[in-house]
Amino acid sequence: MYSYPDPRGHFGQFGGRYVAETLMPALLELEEAYAQAVADPEFQKELDYYLHYYVGRPNPLYYAERLTEHLGGAKIYLKREDLNHTGAHKVNNTVGQILLAKRMGKKKVIAETGAGQHGVATATVAARFGFECEVFMGTEDIRRQSLNVFRMKLLGAKVHGVTSGTATLKDAMNDALRHWVTHVRDTFYVIGTVAGPHPYPQLVRDFQAVIGRETRQQMLEVEGRLPDVAVACIGGGSNAMGMFYPFINDQDVRLVGVEAAGLGVDTDKHAASIGAGKVGVLHGNKTFLLQNDDGQIDHAHSISAGLDYPGVGPEHALLHDIKRAEYVSVTDDESLEAFKMLTQLEGIIPALESAHAVAQVIKMAPAMGRDQIIAMCLSGRGDKDMHTVADAFGVEL
Amino acid sequence: MGRIEDTFEQLKKNNRKALIPFITAGDPDLATTEQTILTLVDAGADIIELGMPFSDPMADGPTIQAASERALASGTTLDAVLDLVERVREYSQVPIVLMGYYNPVFRYGAEMFARRARQAGVDALLLVDLPAEEQDELRTFLAPEGIHLITLLAPTTPAERTTQLLASAQGFVYYVSMTGVTGTTKVDSAAIETRVLRLREQSPVPVAVGFGITTAEDAASIARFSDAVVVGSALVKIIHQHADSPRLQEEVHHFVAELKQGVNSATDNH
Repeated sequence: MYSYPDPRGHFGQFGGRYVAETLMPALLELEEAYAQAVADPEFQKELDYYLHYYVGRPNPLYYAERLTEHLGGAKIYLKREDLNHTGAHKVNNTVGQILLAKRMGKKKVIAETGAGQHGVATATVAARFGFECEVFMGTEDIRRQSLNVFRMKLLGAKVHGVTSGTATLKDAMNDALRHWVTHVRDTFYVIGTVAGPHPYPQLVRDFQAVIGRETRQQMLEVEGRLPDVAVACIGGGSNAMGMFYPFINDQDVRLVGVEAAGLGVDTDKHAASIGAGKVGVLHGNKTFLLQNDDGQIDHAHSISAGLDYPGVGPEHALLHDIKRAEYVSVTDDESLEAFKMLTQLEGIIPALESAHAVAQVIKMAPAMGRDQIIAMCLSGRGDKDMHTVADAFGVEL
Repeated sequence: MGRIEDTFEQLKKNNRKALIPFITAGDPDLATTEQTILTLVDAGADIIELGMPFSDPMADGPTIQAASERALASGTTLDAVLDLVERVREYSQVPIVLMGYYNPVFRYGAEMFARRARQAGVDALLLVDLPAEEQDELRTFLAPEGIHLITLLAPTTPAERTTQLLASAQGFVYYVSMTGVTGTTKVDSAAIETRVLRLREQSPVPVAVGFGITTAEDAASIARFSDAVVVGSALVKIIHQHADSPRLQEEVHHFVAELKQGVNSATDNH
């Protein structure tokens, strides 16, 4: 039986709590509060209530008929996280964490964000539950995702532009950690992915696992069996972990995580931490990182701001090590082609992050039999990416 | 007995407190750092904290972040920092504490790092993102080489945890004077005095205080109730301001001598 993390927050050799001593007591407090919440049926009831009435769950498992016909192989189902309130899977986690913050008596939340989806999802629940909210975002991402910045501000959040390093998600997380260490006594840090110090990788996974649980049940209802493959894109890896986790003990279900290959994994412009990284320690956990031989973190690159991160959640590192999941990568160009194909065949405009998963499905499906099934997590909708996509297609808006 | 223990014993005999300046190795370049270490010693530094630059210094404020970036831009590697310590050892026995983040040490390999650090003459290691919970592996390799892993304590560390952490303290304990990153807020000595005095009663090793100490006056007031005073960002600023000036070493000497005077003034009348 798969049972991770261990009591000290390790996923095999990965995970852990690599943070300043100042933060350790807060992490221990969070761990205890989370354990109590999990054991409290009232907490689960409250979470279910908001997931249903506020987020709009369960969302559909949609049979992509025209995409399936076009590719001529496996049946393709899309788990429609793009239909959630705020337009992506991120809100599953922020609802969970804000309810936890409320239980712990905190009044302020902070978050880091790359594409802005997690920032928006945090600002949204902060507005709903009356929290002060500050979001840290790289200035490069602010440029790429101006629409989401405006949404966060409308929702009442203060957005801090981060200029250090590459001014992307990694640097936003550095500054969020710096802010947290300064205001740790009254501030709850809403981490947006299955990374960071224990217990975050565990609790974010647990809150996102609703994706895989619903997929599993819906697939059994529609097809009477489990899918042959589950596919999801990976930046930090929260939608993938949420999709994979409920299938982990179903050995017949292949789990495929799709990293961003940027301009190519053989160039220095990609974000394939598992595919091309080495084990290291960053942002509170031990995992695969893009880094040089001297242990300095390399710059990641992806056309998708949400995948533009030089690390990956520690549980994915473990699933790679024990060969329970496979990790592949697709390039910027492949993801743009997939973006176009899904839009034109199904009338669904995916986020560029999710388009990476679509690109992998496009590669896999034709080689599979018509009686086989792929379940893909469509993690978010693409409205936020219109400027980037227009740029890439040479269109002026 | 190591160099750190000897230093504190000597200071105690003379009724003095320790001054521990921090500089980032390789800022602006390693040759300058080597020269600066000697200046620090000459100006009265008792122990040197030498920063190993890291690309993502999450516990540091803007001043040391920028110093780290400059050091990396000048090509500073962990090997080069260890070589630097080895060169300094040819003419100084000042205790040297390497300070930084875990990843470069982890990539180097804990076992190889420990061996090489001992050969070079490193006395202790202070890693801001390696709390007690994750130290086992590194300690296994550092112990046989006689290199201390310095324990950090924070204002948020509860009493029971403090007792646990002190049980494995080596060399000295570093008390972080505030919740925050380096070099952004001024220390409030009145607010931490009771805590530090209590720590000194409990601790098997001397207690140093760092974060937010920028002037000789700060150093004086902290030295009154601690065993050692750490000054980082304020010194790093001076090095950066005068990096291209022929007066760099003079300026560093002047500032550190002033700090030392402050530290000494705390025990002058006792």
